Amino acid sequence: MTTFLGLPSVHAPGGVGALEGSEGFATAARRALGDTQLRGNIGRATTTIRGKRAAVVAEVPDWEELREAGRTLKAATMARLPELLEQLEQQVTARGGVVHWARDAAEANAIVTRLVQATGADEVVKVKSMATQEIGLNEALEAAGIAAWETDLAELIVQLGHDTPSHILVPAIHRNRSEIREIFRREMPGLGTELDPDMTDDPRELAMTARRHLRRTFLRARVAVSGANFAVAETGTLSVVESEGNGRMCLTLPQTLITVMGIEKLVPTWTDLEVFLQLLPRSSTGERMNPYTSMWTGVTPGDGPQEFHLVLLDNGRTAVLGDEVGREALHCIRCSACLNVCPVYERTGGHAYGSVYPGPIGAILSPQLTGLTGGSVNDSLPYASSLCGACYDVCPVKIDIPSILVELRAQHVEAQADASRVPTPEALAMRAASVAMSSAARWRLLQRTSRLGRLLGRARAGGERRIRSLPPPLSAWTSARDLPVPPAETFRESWERERGGRP
Amino acid sequence: MSLSLDARTEVLARVRSALGPEPVVPEVSRGYRTTGDHPPGSPELLELLADRLRDYKAGVSSCTADEVTTTVAALLDRLAPGGRLLVPPALPEGWTSGRDVLRDDGSTTVDVLDTVAGVLTACSVAVAETGTIVLDAGPDQGRRALSLVPDLHVCVVRAEQVVHTVPEALRRLDPRRPQTWISGPSATSDIELNRVEGVHGPRTLEVVLVVG
Repeated sequence: MTTFLGLPSVHAPGGVGALEGSEGFATAARRALGDTQLRGNIGRATTTIRGKRAAVVAEVPDWEELREAGRTLKAATMARLPELLEQLEQQVTARGGVVHWARDAAEANAIVTRLVQATGADEVVKVKSMATQEIGLNEALEAAGIAAWETDLAELIVQLGHDTPSHILVPAIHRNRSEIREIFRREMPGLGTELDPDMTDDPRELAMTARRHLRRTFLRARVAVSGANFAVAETGTLSVVESEGNGRMCLTLPQTLITVMGIEKLVPTWTDLEVFLQLLPRSSTGERMNPYTSMWTGVTPGDGPQEFHLVLLDNGRTAVLGDEVGREALHCIRCSACLNVCPVYERTGGHAYGSVYPGPIGAILSPQLTGLTGGSVNDSLPYASSLCGACYDVCPVKIDIPSILVELRAQHVEAQADASRVPTPEALAMRAASVAMSSAARWRLLQRTSRLGRLLGRARAGGERRIRSLPPPLSAWTSARDLPVPPAETFRESWERERGGRP
Repeated sequence: MSLSLDARTEVLARVRSALGPEPVVPEVSRGYRTTGDHPPGSPELLELLADRLRDYKAGVSSCTADEVTTTVAALLDRLAPGGRLLVPPALPEGWTSGRDVLRDDGSTTVDVLDTVAGVLTACSVAVAETGTIVLDAGPDQGRRALSLVPDLHVCVVRAEQVVHTVPEALRRLDPRRPQTWISGPSATSDIELNRVEGVHGPRTLEVVLVVG
C-alpha cells in the first residue's frame, strides 16, 4: 500500500456531462407515461429484443458458467484495479500509445480538446461511446469550435433530432421508423446529403441513406474519438464491439485515434475476453456475435491510426468502488439486457431517468456516481423499480441490482436524515408505527380507523377498487403509486366473528 | 494537498483508498467450455459455420483447394462483373489468375480503395458456433482498411482454420496484431431493434470454405 491510502474518493461533479436530469424520476416518468407513441415504440422494440435474447441464450449450454465467470472476473478485476491500470498503461505505452488520466468530466474534456487541437483538425468522427456521452464531450468540443459527428445510426438519429439518448445500446429506441424518416428529411439536406423524395420508412432504405450521408465524412476524417468495451491489462489491447462498420471506419481510417474509457473497463488477460465476447452480443442485440469487433494494441505501423491516445476516466467511479455493496455496479458491460426486461423502463422509457445511464443499471449507477446527498435529483432513482428481479436474472455478469437498489434506498434515507435537522416523513411514519404497534389496544384501534380509507377508494377497470391519492402529507407516497383500499374487516375482526375469541 | 497531485497519482490513490488496505481477490470461476465438441476443421464444424454465416446473410460456397480460383472467379463474375479486385500483398497468386487486380503495397489511398469493386482476402481463424471469421492483418489479409472500404468482401477460409468455440479462437490469435472479428455483412439493429444488413462496412460478404 502507498502513503496515499487516506485520500477520499470524489463523486462526479455536477454541471458537466449527462449523469443527472433536471427533475426527479417520478415527475419525469408521469410525463413519459402520457406519451402513447413513446410507450408503443419502446414496448414493441423491447418485446422484439427480449425474444431474440432468450433464443440465443438458450443455445449456449454453459451460459450459467459463463455468467459466473463474468461475475468473478469482474470482482477480481476491481480488487486488483491499481496494478491492472498500471499494467495497462505500461503495455499501451510500450506499443506506441499515450495514456492520459482524468479525475472528472471537465478534465477529460480538456484533454481530448487539447489533443484534437494539436492535430489542427476542426472535426472528429465518433464511435458510439457511453463514456463520452457521460462527460458531455460533444458540447465541450463544440464550445472549442470542433464539430463532433456521431456515426452510429442511432446516435446520428439522436444528434440530428436534437434529442438525448434513451437507451444504452439503441439511443434512439424511442423513435419509430417514420419519425426517423422525418428527422432525416428535415436535417440531412442542410448538411449536404441529397435525399430521394420517394424515400420510404423501410429500415433498409433508412440505413442506406445513413451510409450515403456519412461516407464522405469517414473518408476525409483525420481524427476519431471512441469509447472502449474492453481493455486487456496484460497486453494493452483495446476492443470495440459494434454492428454497422462505423466503428471500424473510425478506428481504422483516421490518422489519430483518441479513446475515452472508464477505469472499470479492464479485463486482466487476453483469454479473459473469451468470457465477455460470448456474454455481451447475446445479451445486448440478441446475436450470436455482433457483426464487427475491432481489437488493437497501441499503434501498428502501416495499419490504422499512427497516433493513439487513451484517456482513463474516473468521474465518480472510485466513489462507487468505495461502497462494498454498490461497487458491483461497476461490473456492468453495458449490454442493456436489464433495460429490455424492466417493466418500469418499458413504460417510462429512458429519458425519465435523466442520466445517460437509464433503466435498472442506471438506477444504481447514476446516483452512486453523482452521490446520494439527500437533496439531489438522482436520489429518486433507487425508487424507480418494483424490485421484481428480472434485471438480475438477465444480467450477464450477475449484478444483484435489486439488492443494491434496497441498499441505496437505505443510504438515501440516512442521507436525508443527515441533511436535515427536521425529521423526514419516513422517520416520522416509522416513529408513529412504533408507537402504534407496541400496544395491542392501540394497534386494534388504528386498524379499525384505517377502514375510513375505504372512502378514498375509486373503482378501476376490472372492478378492483384502488386509492389513487391520499391527502397531504401522505400524497407524497401516492404521487407515484396506487394503494389497495383497506378491507372492510380486519383479520382480528374476522377471527373474532368466525371463531369467537381473540387470535 | 490533493490539488497539487497529478491526475494519475490522484486517481490511483483514490482507487487504493476505495479498496481498503487488503482487498480480497476472489477466485475466478472457469467452469465454462474452453474446447468444442468437434476438432478443428471437422465436417460438423464446417456445416455449422456455413449455417451460422447464412443465418446472418453471408454467402457461402464450398470447394477443394484446386477449385479456389474457379470458385472465386464465378463469384466475382456474378457480384462484380468486370470490376477491379483489390488483394492484400501476399494473397496466393493462383487465386486470381487472369484477373485485373490491384495488389495493395500499403500505399493505396482510401479514395482508391473506395473505387474497387471488391476485395479478396484469406482469414486467420473462424468460429463455427458464432459464424465469425477473424482477420489479423496477416500478409494474405492485409491492413484493416482493405476489408472495410470496398462494398464486397470475399473471404477464403481453409477447413483447418475453423474452430468450434470463441475460447479456441482467442487461443490461436496473437493480441499484438490488429484484429477484426466479422460475423456477417455490416448490419444495424438501431431501427426498432430489427437487424437490417448493409450500413457502412461491406454490404456483401461471401465466404469460400476450402475443404481438402
